[in-house]
Amino acid sequence: MVRFENVGLRYGLGAEVLRDLTFAIPAHSFQFLTGPSGAGKTSLLRLLFLSLRPTRGLINLFGRDVSLLDKDGMARLRKRIGIVLQDFRLLDHMTTYENVALPFRVMGREEASYRREVIDLLRWVGLGERMDALPPILSGGEKQRAAIARAVIARPQLLLADEPTGNVDPTLARRLLRLFIELNRSGTAVVIATHDIAMMDQYDARRLVLHEGRLHIYE
Amino acid sequence: MSRSGNTRGPLMDLGEARPQVPVKARIQAPIVPRGSIAGRALVVVVAIMTYLASLTTGAVLLVYGAASEWQADVASEITVQVRSTAGRDLDRDVAAATALVRATPHIVEARPLSANESAALLEPWLGTSLALDDLPVPRMIVVRIAPGSAPDLATLRQRLADAAPSATVDDHRAWIERMRSMTGATVLAGIGILILVVIATVISVSFAARGAMAANRPIVEVLHFVGAGDRYIAGRFLRHFLRLGLEGGVIGGGAAILTFGLSESIGSWFAGTPVGDQFAALLGTFSLRPSGYLALAVQALVIAAITALASRRTLFATLDDID
Repeated sequence: MVRFENVGLRYGLGAEVLRDLTFAIPAHSFQFLTGPSGAGKTSLLRLLFLSLRPTRGLINLFGRDVSLLDKDGMARLRKRIGIVLQDFRLLDHMTTYENVALPFRVMGREEASYRREVIDLLRWVGLGERMDALPPILSGGEKQRAAIARAVIARPQLLLADEPTGNVDPTLARRLLRLFIELNRSGTAVVIATHDIAMMDQYDARRLVLHEGRLHIYE
Repeated sequence: MSRSGNTRGPLMDLGEARPQVPVKARIQAPIVPRGSIAGRALVVVVAIMTYLASLTTGAVLLVYGAASEWQADVASEITVQVRSTAGRDLDRDVAAATALVRATPHIVEARPLSANESAALLEPWLGTSLALDDLPVPRMIVVRIAPGSAPDLATLRQRLADAAPSATVDDHRAWIERMRSMTGATVLAGIGILILVVIATVISVSFAARGAMAANRPIVEVLHFVGAGDRYIAGRFLRHFLRLGLEGGVIGGGAAILTFGLSESIGSWFAGTPVGDQFAALLGTFSLRPSGYLALAVQALVIAAITALASRRTLFATLDDID
């Protein structure tokens, strides 16, 4: 599904933040991406999401060489990927419901066709009572759950999550992990970037460890 | 929960806990909020530009219409001038020339001006105290041509030279040519002003579109995250700009139509007064034809379309920069 070959990344003229990354993310797989702060986890996620281009090496996503993709091609691939960012990126003028339903809206689907699915998911992540609230009045944890719901609602083939349990209590963190595992069982490949050792210990999965820009894989 | 092909079940099974989903459709907020675009300023700019463009077009149409009327009037008339020369009887020459002109095909009427009428023509320059008998004043014959016909003036001149050697024929060609070039210059100036107005509109709209994209950059980024392509994103902004352009176009075009309508009314109030007569002589009745008003309405729509096109171009260029 995803294949990196000798991928390197540098910002401007600075030193390489990611070096010689060679790995694959198979379909239906589940992995944690971990490493110390500043190791390049977010940069790697952004490479996977096509919001950064590598300075060298080859990235193959869903069978396509990303260096050959035009803008429309990248947009088409992004529709198959869900992403949860640390800063949530919710749209403040839209309700929680509308934020979560946004991927369906972009696909051009009628509201009636996805309403039940969105409401079910919002209740599952504990936001059933906050559906009509605007993001500025949500707590950090609620925003995070809304961002996760938005990333998974369209059932992407690849889910990327950057510290998805950073702002929630342990009980909800377990519940969210369960959601990711359920999603993975339904066929989505999952990559969770996290520092949360407790969460990683709850589920036996492949670990990708970034250290000083290099990747070490523990199957 | 299963995922196979296009079959999509619920993402998670809530079992008995499944809530009752309200059946009514939700009214969804626009993806790009209307208030996030500096719309009021843009509407004012487009309205002013449309108003100026409409005034220019209306003025050009008025001048063109009045000039066409003048030309039609002048072209349907020729003047035969018989000068007083030594050894010839002026009255006899005038009568001979009149008879000859009347016998010419396509001539509807030939009327020699009387001495009093000639005096009235010269009165603005020479005053009333001068006796015309003291001056060698030429006599004029006003000739009306049948509409749409062209008498053979060369033959007429030749025959007049025999009957009244001092007679000359003036078909006002020089005057018509001058009028034609003046009208052409007015139309060209109008087109020049219209081009300037369109350029200013495009620049204003481009700045506004760039500003709107900058103000809504977080929305653009989120739309990219959820897989929206540039066309989809630009479309969300384009709706706003098309609406703003239409608002500005309708306000500016409407104000211009009102201005012309009002001017027409004011012209009719002053009809019969010296000022009104002067205006009527210069610009006819100062009224646009229905086709003129239609042209102004179409122009307002064209400016709205130009607003949309200019914003579209800027939106795509800005999206390229964001990527």
